[in-house]
Amino acid sequence: MSKTEKKLVIFSDLDVEKALKNALQKSRPDIIGEVRDSGLKGRGGAGFPTAVKWNLAAAAQGERKFVICNADEGEPGTFKDRVLLTDYADQLIAGMVLAAYAIGSKDGIIYLRAEYTYLRKDLEATIEKMRGKKMLGKRILGKDGFEFDVHIHMGSGAYICGEETALIESLEGHRGEPRNRPPFPVTVGYLGCPTSVNNVETFITALHIVEKGAKWFKTFGTEKSTGSKLFSVSGDCEKPGVYELPMGITIKKLLETVGGEDAKAVQVGGASGTCVPRKDFDRAIAYEDVSTGGSIIVFGQQRDMLQVAINFMEFFCEESCGQCTPCRLGTETLLEGLDLLDEGKCSLKHLRELCSLGETMQLSSKCGLGQSAPNAFLSIVENFKSEIFDTRCSCR
Amino acid sequence: MPNKDKSTKFGSDRAPASSVVASVEVAKNEKDLGAMVAVSIDGNEIKVPFGTTILDAAKKLNIKIPTLCHHEDLKVAGVCRVCVVEVEGQRTLQAACAYPITSPMTIKTYSSKVRKARRHNLDLMLKHHVGECYSCFRNNNCELQSLAKEYGVDFYRFGHDTEPHHEIDRSSYSVVRDMNKCIQCRRCVRTCIDLQEVGVLEAVNRGPDLDIATFADMPLGEVVCINCGQCINRCPTGALRANDPSDEIWAAIEDPSKHVVIQTAPSPRAAIGECFGLPAGTSVTRELNTAMRRCGFDKVFDTNFTADLTIMEEATELLIRLKKALVDKEQVAFPQFTSCSPGWVKYLEHFYPEYIDCLSSCKSPQQMFGSIIKTWYAETAGIHPKDIVTVALMPCSAKKFECNRPEMQDSGYKDVDYGLTSRELAQMIQEAGLDLPNLPHSDFDDPIGEATGAGLIFGATGGVMEAALRTAVEIVTGVKTEKIFENLDIIPVRGFEGVKYMEIKVPAAGPVPPILSKALGGLKDFSFLKGATLKVAVAHGTANAKKIMEDIKAGGKFSECHFIEFMACPGGCLGGGGQPIPTSPEIREARTRAIYAEEKTLYSRKSHENPTIDRIYKEFLNDGPCGHKSHKLLHTHYIKRGNKIV
Ligand SMILES: Cc1cc2nc3c(=O)[nH]c(=O)nc-3n(C[C@H](O)[C@H](O)[C@H](O)COP(=O)(O)O)c2cc1C
Ligand code: SF4
Ligand code: SF4
Ligand code: SF4
Ligand code: SF4
Ligand code: FES
Repeated sequence: MSKTEKKLVIFSDLDVEKALKNALQKSRPDIIGEVRDSGLKGRGGAGFPTAVKWNLAAAAQGERKFVICNADEGEPGTFKDRVLLTDYADQLIAGMVLAAYAIGSKDGIIYLRAEYTYLRKDLEATIEKMRGKKMLGKRILGKDGFEFDVHIHMGSGAYICGEETALIESLEGHRGEPRNRPPFPVTVGYLGCPTSVNNVETFITALHIVEKGAKWFKTFGTEKSTGSKLFSVSGDCEKPGVYELPMGITIKKLLETVGGEDAKAVQVGGASGTCVPRKDFDRAIAYEDVSTGGSIIVFGQQRDMLQVAINFMEFFCEESCGQCTPCRLGTETLLEGLDLLDEGKCSLKHLRELCSLGETMQLSSKCGLGQSAPNAFLSIVENFKSEIFDTRCSCR
Repeated sequence: MPNKDKSTKFGSDRAPASSVVASVEVAKNEKDLGAMVAVSIDGNEIKVPFGTTILDAAKKLNIKIPTLCHHEDLKVAGVCRVCVVEVEGQRTLQAACAYPITSPMTIKTYSSKVRKARRHNLDLMLKHHVGECYSCFRNNNCELQSLAKEYGVDFYRFGHDTEPHHEIDRSSYSVVRDMNKCIQCRRCVRTCIDLQEVGVLEAVNRGPDLDIATFADMPLGEVVCINCGQCINRCPTGALRANDPSDEIWAAIEDPSKHVVIQTAPSPRAAIGECFGLPAGTSVTRELNTAMRRCGFDKVFDTNFTADLTIMEEATELLIRLKKALVDKEQVAFPQFTSCSPGWVKYLEHFYPEYIDCLSSCKSPQQMFGSIIKTWYAETAGIHPKDIVTVALMPCSAKKFECNRPEMQDSGYKDVDYGLTSRELAQMIQEAGLDLPNLPHSDFDDPIGEATGAGLIFGATGGVMEAALRTAVEIVTGVKTEKIFENLDIIPVRGFEGVKYMEIKVPAAGPVPPILSKALGGLKDFSFLKGATLKVAVAHGTANAKKIMEDIKAGGKFSECHFIEFMACPGGCLGGGGQPIPTSPEIREARTRAIYAEEKTLYSRKSHENPTIDRIYKEFLNDGPCGHKSHKLLHTHYIKRGNKIV
């Protein structure tokens, strides 16, 4: 796995202790203000403005408040958080301290993906080390009245537990199933207390922003998608790995960087993302265009796009929590449709009905999983219809 | 699943609160700043309290939004997604049942997007729904079927299974589970976990494989199910139903060698009319008597008679316990718990077996009746008990389990042969082509058709307590109860508060009536109780029962009670698991009103004033209440079941 040589935000140098010390000199509103000015949006996929989230959590009434790091990284083709957890754990924890300070929390939890159990020991060592350096515990870095500590909670091995309300349910010892929203976790979260759930990368980015300024951060990226972001690039390219690139980069540019110019299509945003065909490679990777929590999967010319769609849909059938109708049975129905296509037995009428069902799933599913489960299906049907339909179907 | 929820007030870790909770507190005072929010629904404007759901707001405007997983008695789930609506400015549709209104919004409830989504979600549910309406007991009373009609389902877009994929679970005496008809709405799960806090049903597996299963997927008859049937009443489909004995009953009726006797509990008469299109709260006692006779039952008796008998026995038992404790200074178990609700009895046997001695040893009215029919009645009527078939018309599914308890054979035969629910009798009446609401009136049969209002109110929560107090207070004080409680109404034990509590100071001491003198060991009067404060409590629904039990365990105020009424079902027997579907707080209230109104028309409202009670203690149970004979026939014992399943 290679990392980019270029250092933009996250991979840029940072003295963690100094950054935290500086941050704790500032007032809470100033910290949230700096993050707001930076335009930072959540790096976990949903792209919710981080400052808004922290502000809501800060304003919410509650005896206890929680800061939770979502390290459940389960989106197919994503492994950027793993790199951060391995090499930048101190920055992550300092970022959580920063968030805790901003919203007024004493308790932090890292919800660590079950498959990352091997990282736990090192993470715990880092936590211990930071306690020793007074970056965790009581009177953090001499700041009177500010205490905060972090513990690790192992995930249950289900993709859905990365969804923040399912994550909270799972933390509370229930089946990992998303809750109804509103209320959102910022007001009613873990144990009913205000809770800010953020992605690993979000915490680290925020720490850099507060130390180096919103202005500096905005020198990267576009107006609506500020800064830079980590991308986990996999699939048919020469140099797969984790890259830090400015937001707004075109797919074409990205492919040049990773040696995948020859691609037939690129899946931006993992299984729940969109499949962008070659003709659209000028599109930008940004919240306002094609957005992603970090996963980029490159499909070379030889790839069978129907098989790609089938693989994704199988993933969703496995991972749907099964709670709500459109997702529980919609994923299954779309998968059956793909199998029919594969056998050349899907009529155009049925295909249209399936696409319409896909829209219903997007509109009426309870959580992001079901809402995005049909994305890959719909974009592949739209962009590769002749490949997956015309060449196979006998009943046109 | 591990049950780690300790957040309930009384903190037991047995059953978790169902995991799909999300609530915004609804504003209580309209005048508070920001308490009222303006919404527009389909062009109609209304102001609703902050936190009101879209569904409730629409109801206020008489706009109907379809629902399936929503139920008024249960926590919000938001899983079926048929109630979705369009909220202006939001990317996705929102579940009306789950979405609290906290800021002004414009809502469309039947736009094309909404209609399409609802139809799709219905189509998806119908995919694996294996059942044929004409052979289904919910035909014409099925929420899935109605929705399919309302949304014009004319073909199955995404296919439709015809082969069953689950074996029907008939292991329970009370509840039959046909998961082929299940649409995974989880109402039963929420009922069992949240409403009843039993927790034998749960969602297992994920995605398309999701199933509703019992603990470890064991047959329902082998888990800690208390047979309350509350899940049946809240299932929108025919996936859950009671174990229907009507074929056997028809066969017995048609067998000339059998004398088929039916006893009818107080609650069915106030509800069965609903199966014939009558509004909830229409009592059809005397029409029902005629219907049962026309169906072919040889005798129609009133279970209220044995309710009166239960009061005599249970009040006597209480007095005996009090005397033992206060006069003889013996160790006795207190509080005394009522035992007429078999769901509650099984709940206690499973979850609080250490309190088994608190349970009154009295059988339930149903079982008392069974043994009386096969002994006293058989004797007086000159019919051999082996030729008698006793049917019990009950609002309850647990009664089916109860009559099959092996110890319930004190007459030498199975005391009660069949428990029949209100729903099942309605079906029999329909099969017989009878138009119940328009049948001529008729009375119960003698000799055991005579009952008081006290027996009748057994159907309502607090009813057993009220009936017991009417008798106990009069016996103990020697003063007419109506002199102490105006109009004989003991209001504090009535109503739908989950847990009710009452204290009564004993103002005077009367003489021990001759009928009790043997049971009370020759005691002359009740002076040992004068000035004492009798403490009683009432709980309905086992979740409320649990609150009291946990309080008793912790040595709280309920541990000082003398007598506590427990009913397994919310609302008492009127809300029983065998009553007509649907159920809701309003429906249960209407049924309750009907019973209390009918009570006022009866010749007496105190059990001990029932002349047949007098007669039975003279002619048959001649060593008095709690005497030797009544112990043999009217009392029972219990099993420490525990909740460990191996
Ligand atoms: C099915 C599903 C899976 C998700 N998995 C993750 C995940 O693994 N890691 C993550 O950070 N966010 C994940 N999210 C997004 C979270 O719900 C949440 O938006 C995020 O943790 C918020 O952090 P952020 O604001 O820093 O992005 C997932 C969302 C959905 C719907
Ligand atoms: S959309 Fe899918 S994952 Fe989300 S709640 Fe519904 S069934 Fe569960
Ligand atoms: S459950 Fe409803 S839809 Fe299904 S067979 Fe029975 S009546 Fe018909
Ligand atoms: S009958 Fe009662 S205890 Fe049994 S599963 Fe249904 S709700 Fe639960
Ligand atoms: S059994 Fe009935 S109540 Fe339970 S999930 Fe299935 S359809 Fe819903
Ligand atoms: S009724 Fe609202 S989601 Fe089921």
